[in-house]
Amino acid sequence: MNHLELDVTVPGRVSVAMTADPGEVVAVIGPNGAGKTSLLGAIAGLTPAEGQVRLGDRDLHSLPVRERNVGVVFQDRVLFPHLSAVENVAFGPRVRGVNRAEARVAAQVWLERLGIGDLADKRPGELSGGQAQRVAIARGLAQRPDLLLLDEPFAGLDVSVAAALRIELTRHLASYDGITLLVTHDAIDALTLADRVLVIDDGAVAQVGTPSEVAARPRTEHVARLVGLNVIREDDRFRCFGPGAVTVSLARPEGSARNLWQGTVLSAAPHGDAIRLLVAAGPELIADVTPGATRELGLEPGREVWLSVKETAVETYSLAPG
Amino acid sequence: MSRDPLGRPPALILVPACLAVLVLLLPLVVMVASTDLPGLLDQLRTETAREALWLSVSTSTVAMLVALVLGLPLAWLLARVQFTGRSLLRALVTVPMVLPPVVAGIALRTAFGRSGAIGEPLLDATGFAFPYTTWGVILAHVFVAMPFVVISIEGALRSAGTQYDAAAATLGASRWTTFRRVTVPLALPGIAAGMVLGWARSLGEFGATITFNGNYPGTTQTMPTLIYVTRQADTDAALALSLVMLLVSVGVLFALRERWLGVGTT
Repeated sequence: MNHLELDVTVPGRVSVAMTADPGEVVAVIGPNGAGKTSLLGAIAGLTPAEGQVRLGDRDLHSLPVRERNVGVVFQDRVLFPHLSAVENVAFGPRVRGVNRAEARVAAQVWLERLGIGDLADKRPGELSGGQAQRVAIARGLAQRPDLLLLDEPFAGLDVSVAAALRIELTRHLASYDGITLLVTHDAIDALTLADRVLVIDDGAVAQVGTPSEVAARPRTEHVARLVGLNVIREDDRFRCFGPGAVTVSLARPEGSARNLWQGTVLSAAPHGDAIRLLVAAGPELIADVTPGATRELGLEPGREVWLSVKETAVETYSLAPG
Repeated sequence: MSRDPLGRPPALILVPACLAVLVLLLPLVVMVASTDLPGLLDQLRTETAREALWLSVSTSTVAMLVALVLGLPLAWLLARVQFTGRSLLRALVTVPMVLPPVVAGIALRTAFGRSGAIGEPLLDATGFAFPYTTWGVILAHVFVAMPFVVISIEGALRSAGTQYDAAAATLGASRWTTFRRVTVPLALPGIAAGMVLGWARSLGEFGATITFNGNYPGTTQTMPTLIYVTRQADTDAALALSLVMLLVSVGVLFALRERWLGVGTT
């Protein structure tokens, strides 16, 4: 298995340079429209792009889609509706010259590994979302790709189905010796499945790091919001603090003006035992308050409030990526 | 009619709709009613009628298959490949669809007639000429029916979308393999509809066929030409022949519908 080194630009959409080692799972995270799917399309060869995608000593970029051997699990799965589950999974090996019986047996094994061996003869139209997603993952893995691209594999699934599949996928990806790129907008996917997280914002890489680094010191408002933190950019530094550290009051509190904001409550929703407020205070900030305080202060959307945070609760780190 | 919560259909829509049904069905019903059945059987026993019926069905079937073999690739090109002049080409290949059939016959003559631009060299080289032969009938049928086949298959290919082709490519399939194993199977209901449409157009072909091939019993006399010729001498016989043709076309269409289109319409 081979080292991946890519530097691609989809004009007007996204520009990314990164490397990955065999066996690594890299989560690509970012808001909608950040260019995540375009990046996958460029690597698979489905989206016109410039640059290079080196996998070992091959430059995939110069190859047509079918010669790249990049497994793609599409967001809407794109299972062939006229083929049964097992035929879908056998399709890749079949078109690469494996004989019918052998490909079918191997495909059946893949389905069984994903826990859906009994659904082999069902058409995609007869499968639930979670089952179809399993078939799609099996199809992507059955062609033994050097590189596996998963586009939002849990989108549109029930929470419990997604949770079960997430646990299983962790196991399958651990035993897969190629490189996996997992596009997601869900922090849980990135934190539980990935060895490394690549944050894309506005068509460019905003941050690369281990899941715990990215979760502890987010560099984009999107990721900060996903992991439940506030992040404020100040000159050449980021200042980061949790919603529990924020004090909410109706009148201007005493103290330093540095960690003080005035704003309007945008929303208030239960979050664990607390009520999480989203406040438009220049930056959008989140604050956790008790249900009691919410009632007492009348904290509903539209309410003007003051937010403050103690300097000791704020973590400050430099802007330079790392 | 069950009660519609949105209100009854307005008379301004209901009345024209009923008239439309009347215009479409009345002539057929009257035709069926005024044919005497013994006469129908007599007509079927005549050699000319049986020959013409067989010729019609067989040439239409061959023409439909030729139109499929040539038209499906053309439809795929129009639906899947970007090239300059694509819209122009699409417009041009559909011209025979709107061309008056007799004009189509003249055009075929100019090209494939014994002294035509292609017909003459062909005759010199092989001693074969299309006009006044069963092959000429098939050629005329292909000419008028293929645009229907191309257009309806292209529509089916377009609506199937390219995402399945993309998925097949990522799995390592060549374009040809993808065409065979993914694109065509997915467009099958549309392809079947195109074939039925082409067959029906071909079965009813009259103008181009008679202009290009004349009217020789056994070789170029199809049912529509036979009906037209008979009509001048014997109205009752023409009526009976028409009924035969009606039964054959409705019967075949119904059979095909059950077999092929049933899957696509669910």
